[in-house]
Amino acid sequence: MASATSTPAAVGRTLGRDFLGLALIALAGLAGYWLFPDNLAFLTRVLSVALLVLSLDLIVGYCGVASLGQGALYGAGAYAAGIACVHGITDPVLLILIGATAGAIMGLLMGAIMLRAHGLPQLVLSIAIVQLLHEAANKASSITGGSDGLSGMSPAPLFGLFEFDLWGRSAYLFGLGLLIIVFAILRFVTRSPFGMVCRGLKEDPLRISALGIYAFPVLLKMFVISGAVAGTGGALAAIATQVVGLDSVSFEISANALVMLVLGGIGHLYGALIGTVIFMALEHIVAAINPFHWMTLVGAVLIAIVLFAPRGLSGTLDELARLLMRERWRAGR
Amino acid sequence: MQTALSIAMDALAYGMALFIICIGLSLTICLMRVVNLAHGAFAMIGGYIASYAVRDLGLGYGFGIILAMIGTVIIAVPVERLLYRRIYDRSELSQVLMTIGITFCVIGITNYFFGPTLKTIPLPAELARSVDLGFRSIAGHRLFVIASGLVVAGGLWFLIERTGFGINLRAAVENAPMARTLGIRTEIIYGLSFALAIGLAAFGGVVGAEFLPIEPYYALRYMVTFLVVVSVGGAGSIPGALAACLLLGAIDVTARYLVPDFGNFFFYLAVILVVCAFPRGLMGRAQ
Repeated sequence: MASATSTPAAVGRTLGRDFLGLALIALAGLAGYWLFPDNLAFLTRVLSVALLVLSLDLIVGYCGVASLGQGALYGAGAYAAGIACVHGITDPVLLILIGATAGAIMGLLMGAIMLRAHGLPQLVLSIAIVQLLHEAANKASSITGGSDGLSGMSPAPLFGLFEFDLWGRSAYLFGLGLLIIVFAILRFVTRSPFGMVCRGLKEDPLRISALGIYAFPVLLKMFVISGAVAGTGGALAAIATQVVGLDSVSFEISANALVMLVLGGIGHLYGALIGTVIFMALEHIVAAINPFHWMTLVGAVLIAIVLFAPRGLSGTLDELARLLMRERWRAGR
Repeated sequence: MQTALSIAMDALAYGMALFIICIGLSLTICLMRVVNLAHGAFAMIGGYIASYAVRDLGLGYGFGIILAMIGTVIIAVPVERLLYRRIYDRSELSQVLMTIGITFCVIGITNYFFGPTLKTIPLPAELARSVDLGFRSIAGHRLFVIASGLVVAGGLWFLIERTGFGINLRAAVENAPMARTLGIRTEIIYGLSFALAIGLAAFGGVVGAEFLPIEPYYALRYMVTFLVVVSVGGAGSIPGALAACLLLGAIDVTARYLVPDFGNFFFYLAVILVVCAFPRGLMGRAQ
């Protein structure tokens, strides 16, 4: 998986592959639009959570910082967009930008706190931050609506043309467009020299610091980018559902995001998407039957992944594909 | 003054209950280098066994505690053999995920067998009434929890600092290959410590049931609290764990008395402040 190739042919090949990937995401998204016209609200939620999981992948997969508090960034975006919308800023694109900015600011704060510690205390800090925000959002009910949630939003039509209708068609297509744009940007970011440094810091911090690179600002920058992405997801959820609840800034959503990421494959942007779709589809089906069966199932899946597929589904698929290629190559000789 | 005293007694008892559960987790993290988020699940299993023994079978409270500890260890040993063995040298993230998975499974299975209701552990008459301390009276159960905490702390200190087992244990933690070379059976030491940690979790689950009621979501609800307390204290340090439990227990109880609307706000605020000031925990050692 050498992504640091620089010959023009190799660059052309990766660019081509990126366009193919984006086209596939768009196709899958549109297929969902045509196949499940009655479940668009759920599919929009999948899109917004996909953004959250992508943002978590930036921190866990590319920087090696484990976080069980990513919901703090998602919730910041959701509440910022929701509060702005209630107070009269109704343009959806502007709301997304507000959410992304709020998420980025929260990412800056969260990174500045979390990067002070390492290992277990770092994980605990992330949990403490999201719990603190959860209680704060619960307490400041005059601004956030407390445990009833923030409601009364009515976003204006998208670009002045497309109403957010009852079936959620424009919300879904808007979310799909956002996901594709964010994904393209993240492909660029993760492959840039900056993204490489982050990967290096994950693999071997000592060697990177020996190169004269100071880790803190690099990781903090990634936290800000991650916050912007998660905030975008939160703002999308706020616009689509027109309600922001306490669950958007909770330990549960953070832990679920981590599970989705691990299911799909850490350090792999497509893995984040695959994991989100599979997890949420399963949850949609199984949790409707009995929430406790759902927990047992998730637990068993987690144990199985750690034991048998530590690199997640996408990593395992990669390995299988490579094995197959090698077989074919051998057979061809 | 009366309120201050009763808050202090409650805080002390709550802190001690936390300590009995968390010290096992602290030992597991430090000795076996496993971030065992399923620790609370074992405390919960202990609580369920005790509740079943005392309430449904009508056995005595003390007998229930012993049965809970033995039963939980019997359940935990195969889990350790089958699952934990494989993640000892893996990354923290793998350990967190695997043990969250175990927690989820335990919750689902427990609910399947015992139903979603709260399980009580009836207290014996001696613990249910209040005890006169001369200047004021407090609930006998609180006193029992405080005494248990002190006994556990003292016993562990004695075990680790003063016995042959403790010397072997410290050697195995400090330098496992060297300890093995000297003829110390490190696997047996680790196995016994794991059993000890689980037994303490079960004990804490039973005696702390007044503060942390036993229900199917117990393992998940307090998982974060236990982990937070351990990392604030610094893994592996008995005085650190004791200090963290008393400090955070006091903050939590006081905040709940004085500003009940804020929930866990002050608890987590204190956690952030402490971890920022002491990134390795109050009395954690350099890794």
